[in-house]
Amino acid sequence: MILTNKDKMKETPSELVIHALLLVTAVLSVFITLGIIFSLLLNTLQFFREVSIWKFLTGREWTPLFANAQYGVLPLITGTLTVTLVAATIALPLGLSSAIFLSEYSPPLLRKILKPTLEVLAGVPSIVYGYFALNLITPVLQRWLPQTEIYNAASAGIAMGIMIMPLVSSLSEDALSSVPLGMKHGGYALGATKLEVVRSISIPYAFSGIVSSFVLAVSRAIGETMIVTVAAGARPNMTFNPLGSVQTLTAFIAQASQGDNAHGTTSYYALYAVGLLLFLITFSMNLFAHRLIQRKKEAAAS
Amino acid sequence: MRNPISYNKRREFSNKLAHLLFATAAFVSIFVLVILLSDLIARGSRFINWEFFINFPSRFASKSGILPAMLGSLWLVVLTALISIPLSISAAVYLEEYAMENRFTRFIKINISNLAGVPSIVYGILGLSFFVRTLGLGRSILSGALTMSLLIMPIMIVATQEAIRMIPASLREGSYALGASKWKTVKGIVLPSALPGILTGVILAISRALGESAPLLLVGAFSFVSTLPKGIMDSFIVMPIQIYTWMSKPSADFRDLTAAAIMVLMALLLTLNMTAIIIRNKFQQTYE
Repeated sequence: MILTNKDKMKETPSELVIHALLLVTAVLSVFITLGIIFSLLLNTLQFFREVSIWKFLTGREWTPLFANAQYGVLPLITGTLTVTLVAATIALPLGLSSAIFLSEYSPPLLRKILKPTLEVLAGVPSIVYGYFALNLITPVLQRWLPQTEIYNAASAGIAMGIMIMPLVSSLSEDALSSVPLGMKHGGYALGATKLEVVRSISIPYAFSGIVSSFVLAVSRAIGETMIVTVAAGARPNMTFNPLGSVQTLTAFIAQASQGDNAHGTTSYYALYAVGLLLFLITFSMNLFAHRLIQRKKEAAAS
Repeated sequence: MRNPISYNKRREFSNKLAHLLFATAAFVSIFVLVILLSDLIARGSRFINWEFFINFPSRFASKSGILPAMLGSLWLVVLTALISIPLSISAAVYLEEYAMENRFTRFIKINISNLAGVPSIVYGILGLSFFVRTLGLGRSILSGALTMSLLIMPIMIVATQEAIRMIPASLREGSYALGASKWKTVKGIVLPSALPGILTGVILAISRALGESAPLLLVGAFSFVSTLPKGIMDSFIVMPIQIYTWMSKPSADFRDLTAAAIMVLMALLLTLNMTAIIIRNKFQQTYE
């Protein structure tokens, strides 16, 4: 902001009212965060009155609907990790490669086609990726690997990987395009090939930006709900087998909210405990990613 | 001593190989999009007819239609826009034009960018416990729209901030020099000049609301609705939830019906996206 003497500008009473109204809307965002934290925390506390935190975090069985209900969250965690690992295996290399292609290799005309395609892919609703996983990826997997179940972690993970790939690509490309031209030209002047410039100049310089794009994309994958609800099944399994049915943190929340889960029962409050865990995981990852970019910006500015 | 010629050949070869690999990766997106769209058209086309747009969902795939889902989505999106657009623009104007560089402002900015990364289902949990239960709004369009507004506001605020930041200081200074007050400058100069950028961000955020389903599983959107919504307190169903309901049915007919509904949703979203891109390319001025 160029105007540094903002506070010295005189505001008439009506202008002050407008100023205050604008301020209120900006502060609203803080209340949204507080609202999320409080609604999760209060109901989770209710849950921990009946189930011990220790059992929740270390239990290996998740059976909220059984007569003898068990609330060990580990099967949901392994389910989430399996799907996320598959997604990351797809999205991180593909996303970074296409970012490198777009920023370093691509002719301008091709870029004009590829960029909007990635934007469209990023705008496809997650329920459509669920359809893609269930009706297009699973049949292919079943043909290759007959032991694949109809609902499986792999097909959901692959679809999720395709969904988050544009995010990796666009954020990594932003990072790569921030590399000063002089540095790259220096490399070329020494006779380096494009690949050598990418490998020893661009990627090291843009490293924190690339890592932060990875972290943001993985956090998006962990929080994604519809693909896993549709395609990964609903069996909380303590397994890393990608061809079997699993349940993720998000898929449990979706399932618990739909069933005839009476308000006030333990299995109802379990929804909030799982939600809080999901929120804490994704929130810390996002915070980490933003810190990474911020540090880089400050280092570049100084 | 290694042979310099073969060494250089190897370097060139690996460069070409990498070029090919990177290009292949970049083309995966086009490949996926083509497969997805052609599958949808191949399966869904036979259900796309006039009846499909004016019928209610039914036990029989051939008699099913998406009228309640389309109207529900329209109600939800319009109400969400009415709630979120003024609030988001106003928050962005405060942050860019009024706020001073201090800890408090930085905190709000970090908070907004973190909110944009909160999983959508968590907003659903907030909506369920606050709007549906605490405020007693029930599983209504209003609950859904309020929840959806919270979800897309961070996206809209950030987009509006970026649009406002593009306006050069000289424009504002010109306005001040003519004796205009702060608010008059914002209203008369900053917002009109930033309008194309703001509009692009708003349209993209709205299309996000149109395609989003996870929070609505918790907050509203019944899987079966027998009447059309007439007001904001009515129950409703939206297109993504209708798609989800049909997708859960095992029959091949319903799978193809799902494809038809996705075709309609994707057509709407692509139109919105195109509009946003056209506005961005046509009307966005670049300032030196």
